[in-house]
Amino acid sequence: MAGYCGKLLRIDLTTGQIATEELDLDLARKFIGGRGLGSYFLATEMDATVDALDPANKLIFATGPLTGSRAPTSARYMVVTKSPLSGTIASSNSGGFWAPELKKAGFDLIIVEGKADKPCYISINDDDVQIKDAESYWGKLVSETTELLAQAEDPKARVLTIGPAGEKLSRIACIMNDKYRAAGRSGVGAVMGSKKLKAIVARGTGKVEPADAEKSKEVLGAILKKIREHDVTGKGLPTYGTSVLVNVINEHGIYPTTNFQRAYFKTANKTSGETLAEEYLVKNVACFRCPIACGRCSSVDGIEAEGPEFETVWAYGADCGVDDLPAIIRANNWCNEYGIDTISAGATIACAMELYEKGIIKPDEIDGPPLDFGSGEAIVEWTRKMGAAEGFGAKLALGSYRLAELYDTAELSMTVKKLEMPAYDPRGVQGHGLQYATSNRGGCHVRGYMISPEILGIPEKLDPLSLDGKAVWVKAFQDLTAVIDSLGLCLFTSFALCADDYKDMFNAIVGANWTTEDLLEAGERIWNLERTFNMKAGVGPDQDKLPKRLMVEPIPDGPSKGNVHRLAEMLPEYYKERGWDEKGIPTQGKLAALGIA
Amino acid sequence: MLVEVRLFATFTEGRFTDKQMDLDDGTSPADILRLLKIPQKQVAMLLINGRSESIETKLNANDVVALFPPVGGG
Repeated sequence: MAGYCGKLLRIDLTTGQIATEELDLDLARKFIGGRGLGSYFLATEMDATVDALDPANKLIFATGPLTGSRAPTSARYMVVTKSPLSGTIASSNSGGFWAPELKKAGFDLIIVEGKADKPCYISINDDDVQIKDAESYWGKLVSETTELLAQAEDPKARVLTIGPAGEKLSRIACIMNDKYRAAGRSGVGAVMGSKKLKAIVARGTGKVEPADAEKSKEVLGAILKKIREHDVTGKGLPTYGTSVLVNVINEHGIYPTTNFQRAYFKTANKTSGETLAEEYLVKNVACFRCPIACGRCSSVDGIEAEGPEFETVWAYGADCGVDDLPAIIRANNWCNEYGIDTISAGATIACAMELYEKGIIKPDEIDGPPLDFGSGEAIVEWTRKMGAAEGFGAKLALGSYRLAELYDTAELSMTVKKLEMPAYDPRGVQGHGLQYATSNRGGCHVRGYMISPEILGIPEKLDPLSLDGKAVWVKAFQDLTAVIDSLGLCLFTSFALCADDYKDMFNAIVGANWTTEDLLEAGERIWNLERTFNMKAGVGPDQDKLPKRLMVEPIPDGPSKGNVHRLAEMLPEYYKERGWDEKGIPTQGKLAALGIA
Repeated sequence: MLVEVRLFATFTEGRFTDKQMDLDDGTSPADILRLLKIPQKQVAMLLINGRSESIETKLNANDVVALFPPVGGG
């Protein structure tokens, strides 16, 4: 056994049954692990039409074969389930320390089924797994829950938990681990809440060895050196954190402002990574085995807490017209405590602010600060009310699509497949917009981060406004990302590494003999598996689109003024590149070739 | 001619963030890099008025030049 533990834990909360099953290692390799393997189990064990908050939905926590290994950044795991926000497959990624602990306890995956009668938590102590009463933790915020559970179980244990937002089934609730790390997107926290599962506490004393210790040492040493010596992973990210992107994206004129009404925010620098480092940063924070340490520990009001990240700074910042960094930090802290996705939360408030500005949401409807663009008070208080499902906050907790739908203005929700789009305006960066439209979980930037070539010039510089070759690039990025997400490593390694590096790590640790093509084919397999699940779930190619605003309203000012997104000109090429039919449906031939027909 | 030069991330260290520089007509970003002692190979992104341009482009009065070292995020 190398890389993988070879065991999965199956817990039925309805019956209370706990079972350890052997993991078929050929199957594991076919889907690599993490996102791929979790998606395989979800797709084969469950009817895709099930309601996401129904007990029949499965909640899967999936580590990768490299999670917990000596590979740099080997912290990561995926929460795989059906999303109550988008109705698509959800695979939400998080770092920190919880997943390596699960590997040390001896498990590759946990599959949670059914629903408990009353609030419970799962405790894992090597092979001693129990379902315990969580009544006294239900309703508590994330940091208090984390501290109390570690006290109750083991000070060295790692805690994964939902906050009140997940308990109250907010469609944008997330799952938190190690207090400040989030499996943020797609409302996975609500699935956990619907099962009355408050937390999973893991403590492990085992070890997962690589197949070839000598080879691993050599390969991993070289890779660590690459990551340390690269300017992005060795210098930029550790110094300024992810919010170093605030000025980059704004200076290109693609920084969505006031709910994507504009794309340039004059006072963006007040919320930049440079300003954060100068005025509020206490220290860097790193996940398990990570040399990059892009995490921020910030201090505001005498409280030290982790974050905020770039996406948070954008969603609560420019998207809401706010340049008050302390307010953004406070809003971030509420998201972490209540367990809410910062992107969806900020973007939902931004949507509400536009509806309020247009007189669609009326002042007498809201029991809190006016939803004015630019209001630091509004972003903080409405986040708290959203997390607590208090008053009008309960409507915000639905996410922007369902909020806007209540007012017959769904077109003002800046979402794809009901998932709020992150911090890049597609009108000024065409390939990235194609990614938003085709990503299997909806409006997501990480699943194929085209910003890297189109803006940052990594691995090479593309013209963001050109359509040439973008379909090919998007597929390549999507497939490689699926690989990294399935291995259990951090996507930020891809600034410094290439596909061959992941292949070398996989082979050394797992004891395989794969080519890079084998690995990328696995990525393509995972992408098609997800697509097929979505179609069965009723989210088909007709949803491969962007909000109307981005197709017909040109960016009004700033460096990318005058542009719209030209999706229709790229989509057919993308489908062809994927080997799908002209309607965007994976063909039987393609699925058979990938071994998933 | 006056040209606005904006520096970001590690380029600001020991320099400035935003400055109106009085430069000779026909100055290029390459000339500015020499003046500021920033090695060309350290520049990952160069924008003139928000558009990605070549380092030898001749600047005009009131142009805004933005310079970034290699950075990334998500």
